[in-house]
Amino acid sequence: MSMSSGAPKTRFARAWDSDLAWAFRHSPIAMVSFAMAVILIFAAAFAPWIAPHNPFDPATLNLMNGFTPPSTPNAFTNESFLLGTDNQGRDVFSTILYGMRISLFVGFSAVGFAMVLGITLGLVAGYFGGWTDAIIMRIADIQLTFPSILVAMLIFGIATSITPVEYREQMAIWVLIIAIGLSDWVQFARVVRGATFVEKGKEYVQAARLIGRSPVAIMVQHILPNVLSPVLVIATISLALAIIAEATLSFLGVGAPPTQPSLGTLISIGQDYLFSGEWWILFFPALTLLALALSVNLLGDWLRDVLNPRLR
Amino acid sequence: MLSFIIKRVAQSVLVLLVVGLIAFAMFRYVGDPLDAMVSIEASVEEVERVREQLGLDQPFFVQYVRFLQGAVQGDFGISYRQGEPVLDIILARLPATMELAAISGTFAISMGIVLGVFTAIRRDGFASSLIMSLSLVGVSLPTFLIGILLIYLFSVELDWLPSFGRGELTDIGLWETGLLTTSGLKALILPSITLGLYQMTLIMRLVRSEMLEVLRQDYVRFARARGLSDRAVNFRHALRNTLVPVITVTGLQLGAIIAFAIVTETVFQWPGVGLLFINAIQFVDIPVMAAYLMFIAVMFVAINLLVDILYVAVDPRLRNQETSV
Repeated sequence: MSMSSGAPKTRFARAWDSDLAWAFRHSPIAMVSFAMAVILIFAAAFAPWIAPHNPFDPATLNLMNGFTPPSTPNAFTNESFLLGTDNQGRDVFSTILYGMRISLFVGFSAVGFAMVLGITLGLVAGYFGGWTDAIIMRIADIQLTFPSILVAMLIFGIATSITPVEYREQMAIWVLIIAIGLSDWVQFARVVRGATFVEKGKEYVQAARLIGRSPVAIMVQHILPNVLSPVLVIATISLALAIIAEATLSFLGVGAPPTQPSLGTLISIGQDYLFSGEWWILFFPALTLLALALSVNLLGDWLRDVLNPRLR
Repeated sequence: MLSFIIKRVAQSVLVLLVVGLIAFAMFRYVGDPLDAMVSIEASVEEVERVREQLGLDQPFFVQYVRFLQGAVQGDFGISYRQGEPVLDIILARLPATMELAAISGTFAISMGIVLGVFTAIRRDGFASSLIMSLSLVGVSLPTFLIGILLIYLFSVELDWLPSFGRGELTDIGLWETGLLTTSGLKALILPSITLGLYQMTLIMRLVRSEMLEVLRQDYVRFARARGLSDRAVNFRHALRNTLVPVITVTGLQLGAIIAFAIVTETVFQWPGVGLLFINAIQFVDIPVMAAYLMFIAVMFVAINLLVDILYVAVDPRLRNQETSV
């Protein structure tokens, strides 16, 4: 796990012996889903080197290759594609790799954004209490009344209408990240606030306050490290939800633009050709999305059980 | 009890005012609403005259109050895209969504309770564990994929059910219903299952865990000791006591059904308010977006309020807690 500075071997050995690693080595589900997630993330990260074609380079595209079934030579060009091609003759395997890149980029960034926002607000609310706490948690309560996908849609709609038309397409990914992130900070804020409330009364925090450390230093350096394990659990589960939310929004046409297709966009393209029998255009992106969401989900479930024995 | 209700109502009104403020800010400050109303050739003086007529030169607060007054009376302005009053457009689309939500809600509740009771009573049986593991996969599947899967199976491969639209409609005065014709009913099946499946698994898991909890209680054991039949124990004693939390969750899920109807309506091209909203986002039709926002907010706040009050009314223990606080 952490192998930075000092003596790497002892660090590694210590990580290997930790409770978390022990539980990991004894859970087949955790190992399989972790392996699956890592493979998918690597495939997405190294898409330009793995993908046989660059689906965004029009020079390599041949419309004659359109609708080639998986692993069968095309009738006109005699080219063969592992997972077939879509309506524009793009290799489905390559579009999936590039699409997964966008899905994961949006997912990770959105969760990161939600995490920073939620942790900050949670720390502030828990540490200061009083009316600061009341205002922040009231906003959280109001937002929780509405399903997060709806909140994300609304934020996306508002943000799109504010952006000038000529920038909409290039801003879409960032708008998507902000929309999903903003719809998801409440969970983090609630957990961190609760934990901060408890930690605040402990002696080490009082000691830190006595030697004159600033509230910001106390929150970030003293309290934050002690509330991180529930945050990790929520972050993992949020990642699965964010990936699904992104796919849903893109599928509905209020997410990633056609020039940067994510898995959701690919699925919505595939839906158009389901009736004419070109099932592979939809099937493989859908399967990838499912594998991605399921592996991250299972990993999150496992983490929750390990880090929070009371819930078992 | 009364002070609790007053407090909750006040809170709900506050939420609505805040959402109204967001909707108003969108309506008023995202682009110039006059652009959509005045023709391009209009002179500057003419534009100013219309601005004055509409009260758009008034201070922010005055305009906000006016917007709220309009909203309360159902006046949300004119759709940029369709050029008709927003209220008329929404009212024309509402029955489709309501019918879909009602049918899928009924499906989710009835199937959820039946399967939940079944898996609780036969907790170690093969069928129960199969249902439970299937429900896990079902939760990980995004709604739109479930819809596409159903379309592929029942429309493309088997050709039993239609894949889009509402089928034949009958005009019954107030609205057009799809519930009275065979094609209308057939068109409802796939969207209702798509929309209700997630809620069904939630209700099923809840009923199951509550049932397991109740079946462990002393009064259930005493009932069995008295020689009552399994049927009487399971349904008259156990199920009845699991229903309080089920009512709450189901009530809250009603809101989720309306929200997820957006996804289902897009997959099945169901002409309801959800599809209207998605199109409004795509075409930046601000008045429709603002009105939908208000509509959803009212719906959610009303449901939450009702559930909270019902909860306290049903469970006397909560009533005492509330008064002591």
